Amino acid sequence: MNELNSVRFEFPSLSCNEGFARGAVACFAAQLDMTLTELGDVKTAVSEAVTNCIVHAYPDTVGPVILRLRILEGDELEIQVKDHGRGIEDVARAREPLFTTGGDDRGGMGFTIMESFTDSMRVRSRVGAGTTVTMRKRVERRRKAR
Amino acid sequence: MKLTTAQEGGKLTLSLTGELDHHEAKALVRKLEDCLEAAMPRDCVLDLGGLRFMDSSGIAVILKLHRRMNTLGGRLTVENVGQQPLRVLDASGIDRIVDISA
Repeated sequence: MNELNSVRFEFPSLSCNEGFARGAVACFAAQLDMTLTELGDVKTAVSEAVTNCIVHAYPDTVGPVILRLRILEGDELEIQVKDHGRGIEDVARAREPLFTTGGDDRGGMGFTIMESFTDSMRVRSRVGAGTTVTMRKRVERRRKAR
Repeated sequence: MKLTTAQEGGKLTLSLTGELDHHEAKALVRKLEDCLEAAMPRDCVLDLGGLRFMDSSGIAVILKLHRRMNTLGGRLTVENVGQQPLRVLDASGIDRIVDISA
C-alpha cells in the first residue's frame, strides 16, 4: 500500500512521554479528518502500546521507544511502536485479556484495547531483542453535507 | 490530573480533572486511598466528568477503589463518564462489577 506521509519519533521510556505520544499521534492524524471517536481510539491505542514499553520492555531501565506513524493510501493510519527491550516470551498469552506481568497496578487489558480500537494489530517479539507492535486504523469517509 | 473531594453525610465524591494514564495512576491511587481512610464513607462516587482522556490504567484505579470500598462495607459508583473513557470501560467489561453511568 502506498505511503502518503510519515513521521518518526524516538524518546526515552519515561512515563511522562505517554502524554507526548498521544499528542503526537493526534497532531499527525489531523490530516486524516478523523471523527472524535476515531481520534480517541488511536490515542488510546498509542497510550497502551507506549505504556507497555515503559512497564514491560524496560522494567528496570530506561530505553528507547520508537513511534512511527504513516498515512497510507485509502485513508488508513499505521501506528508502529517499537522497543529494544526484554521482549515477550509468549505473545499469544500476552494478548489474552487480563493476562499481566505488571502486578496489581495494571489491568492486563492493554493488548485487548489496542486490538478492539484498531482494525488490525500485529505483534512481533524476540526475547532479549525487543517488541514491535503495528496497528492499522481505517478512517471512515464522512458523508459530505448536501 | 487534579482531584477534588466533597463530603455530604456518608457520601464522598471524588472528582477527577485532566488525563488519567499510567504516568498519573500511581500517585492518584495513593491520594484516593488517603481520602477513603480519612472519610470512611458509606457511598463513594467517582466523578469522571472532568476527564479528557483515560486508558486502561483507569480500569486498575477503579478496581482498586471498588475493592477498598468493599472492605469498608460501602459501595462505589462511577458517574459522568465521557465518551472516550466510556469506550475503554466498555471494552474491559468492568460494568459487570462496578456501577457506571455516562
